[in-house]
Amino acid sequence: MNFYIVSLIKIALVFAIFMTTLAYLQWVERKVLAHIQSRTGPLRVGPHGLMQPLADVFKLLTKEDLLPPYVSRFFYLLAPFIAVSLALIAISIIPFGPEIDVFGYRTYMQISDVNVGILFILAIAAVSVYGVALAGWSSNNKYSLLGGLRSSAQMISYELPFTLVIVSPLLLANHLSLRSIVDSQAGYYLGFIPRWSIFQIPFPQIFAFIIFMIAGFAETNRVPFDLPEAENELVAGFHTEYSSMKFACFFMAEYANMVTITCIATTLFLGGWHPLFPAPYSNWIAPLVFFVAAILCFIAGVQNVRKRDRYTFPVFGIAFLILAAIFAVPLFWQVTMPIFWFCAKVGFLLFTYIWVRGTLPRFRYDQLMKFAWTFLFPCALINLLLTALFVAVF
Amino acid sequence: MLLWYFGHMPTTYAETWFPVLIQILIALAVASAMIGLSALLGRHVRDPIKFMPYESGMNPVGNARERFSVKFYLVAMVFILFDIEAIFLYPWAVVYRQLRLFAFFEMLLFIVLVLCGFFYIWKKGVLDWSSDEQRRQQREAEIRRAA
Amino acid sequence: MDTVLFIIFAVVAIVCAFNLVLQKHPISSALSLIGVMGSLAVLYLLLGAEFIAMAQMIVYGGAVMVLFVFVIMLLNAGSEKASSKSWFAQLAGLPLLCAFVAVLGFFVRAAMPVLRGVRFGTWVGGTAERIGQVLFTQYLLPFEVISILILIAILGAVVLARKEID
Repeated sequence: MNFYIVSLIKIALVFAIFMTTLAYLQWVERKVLAHIQSRTGPLRVGPHGLMQPLADVFKLLTKEDLLPPYVSRFFYLLAPFIAVSLALIAISIIPFGPEIDVFGYRTYMQISDVNVGILFILAIAAVSVYGVALAGWSSNNKYSLLGGLRSSAQMISYELPFTLVIVSPLLLANHLSLRSIVDSQAGYYLGFIPRWSIFQIPFPQIFAFIIFMIAGFAETNRVPFDLPEAENELVAGFHTEYSSMKFACFFMAEYANMVTITCIATTLFLGGWHPLFPAPYSNWIAPLVFFVAAILCFIAGVQNVRKRDRYTFPVFGIAFLILAAIFAVPLFWQVTMPIFWFCAKVGFLLFTYIWVRGTLPRFRYDQLMKFAWTFLFPCALINLLLTALFVAVF
Repeated sequence: MLLWYFGHMPTTYAETWFPVLIQILIALAVASAMIGLSALLGRHVRDPIKFMPYESGMNPVGNARERFSVKFYLVAMVFILFDIEAIFLYPWAVVYRQLRLFAFFEMLLFIVLVLCGFFYIWKKGVLDWSSDEQRRQQREAEIRRAA
Repeated sequence: MDTVLFIIFAVVAIVCAFNLVLQKHPISSALSLIGVMGSLAVLYLLLGAEFIAMAQMIVYGGAVMVLFVFVIMLLNAGSEKASSKSWFAQLAGLPLLCAFVAVLGFFVRAAMPVLRGVRFGTWVGGTAERIGQVLFTQYLLPFEVISILILIAILGAVVLARKEID
């Protein structure tokens, strides 16, 4: 019975954090993009626009919910349902940390460790094509159908290198369970080089990581592979005819998929929760980072010209100080350290996503398909065979 | 006491999948709540102009469900075949360190055979999405030259 | 709990299968087929065949059904129209179906070994590791033959679509 209660608590916790992350990812993306383009981004709702996600949710909920008469009604409603529900499932098998003891309860920092974890992710990715395809088809709009078709063809084309390239780190780990894959990356070469897949002997998976990230960008329909949503040629593609929360469903699914892909990348290639360097030193990184952030906030609060920021920056500074204090307590390290390192890696990869969006232009459709089939697919195969050869020989 | 202590880890097969099942149920609930709430809370104003398919403000022309290039069908077909190939790689990767070079060569043979098909479709221009356009332009140029 | 799940998903599979036949629109039928595939995957999972369950989802639920949906979308296949029903089909359809199912059941029963009760989750031969061990040693030849089958299928797909491309 205890197992079920502990599971439910874990699910509630992870789900709450996950949903908050999704809401604020939008804010982070707008802020980062704005600063890349020398703008300020959301600023009005709350200090530095921090209440923006909440405002967006209320706005979308109260907007007019169109159900056009020309659509295939059932499939039109089913498409966002499929998209968002599938996107929210994958988080349940991501490992965030090792086995821990909390009040004598022994549990994994993971909702569930299934034996075929990585295949489960692939199965969800395979089925989520229907959300897009159905949305495009049921809308009964030329733009939507084009966008939906393009998008689903793109998704299946990039699923192939995606599926192939995952096998290379699996050759090093020899396990399909995500927890075992992370465990196989524990330890350090020469005492300081982490045994993450991207550094692991006999064949470092750095190319596999790059191919994975490119395919991941395409799988989530992000720039530079965002053709299905190309605003200026397809007026947002498969979700042209969607409004209010149904429209937001697709966005939420996109962000959830982004988080999932970065979590998988972290798990497969970047050693999951294992820190960049050995334990006694790496434990002080987290408090140090938060302390520096706090100091920077205080300095910015003194210097800043905007009147409001004289109050908000010190508050942020104090919040960071509290975080630094929490992360500096050795008693909590078994929980805080894995979470910090996992979140740091995921956060870095998510930042890369946004960074790329702010930097790169869009592909042309024939280039996009050609790139997937005649470049990424052979590259993934070559990388796979090389890895196999090295693992077999050494 | 020991049982109590270890009672929090999944012990049976069903118990490892139970949390995933709960997560699936929650995801379905959230998805239906999102779609249901917006239908309940949003305004509903009927308007014939608003209920026209969006075509950049113009009146819709023709049928939205046109027939499309056979390329899409070919991509899906080829995807199935390579996906079957890819799914075999997973059990192979798991047992790889037990069989080593033997496993390497048997998979090499498998991949080389499938790759023959890959190069065939490559040379046949299935993967080249711009060729239709090029061919059309060539044909038009020929017609112009003839005229 | 396993038995309850089994009953739920068996019922879902059967309902989806009936829906597949009864629905007029091809897209509805295709989606019902995806439902059948999904519930079959869950049934495999209940039996302990984890790898097969996931492969079912990836290959059938994902790849094969995407092709179906694509073809329906590409051809713009509309709802099928009921053809004029022949009096013979209306009169003898149901009894003949029952007889067919009964005969089929009899032969399946006769051909199969004696049935044993299934205990869910006790079988451990369905993991990827076990499958890999068997597939890459004992059943190596069938595995290699599959690659030739895939090769032929690729050639076939291109040849069939060739007319359309040119």
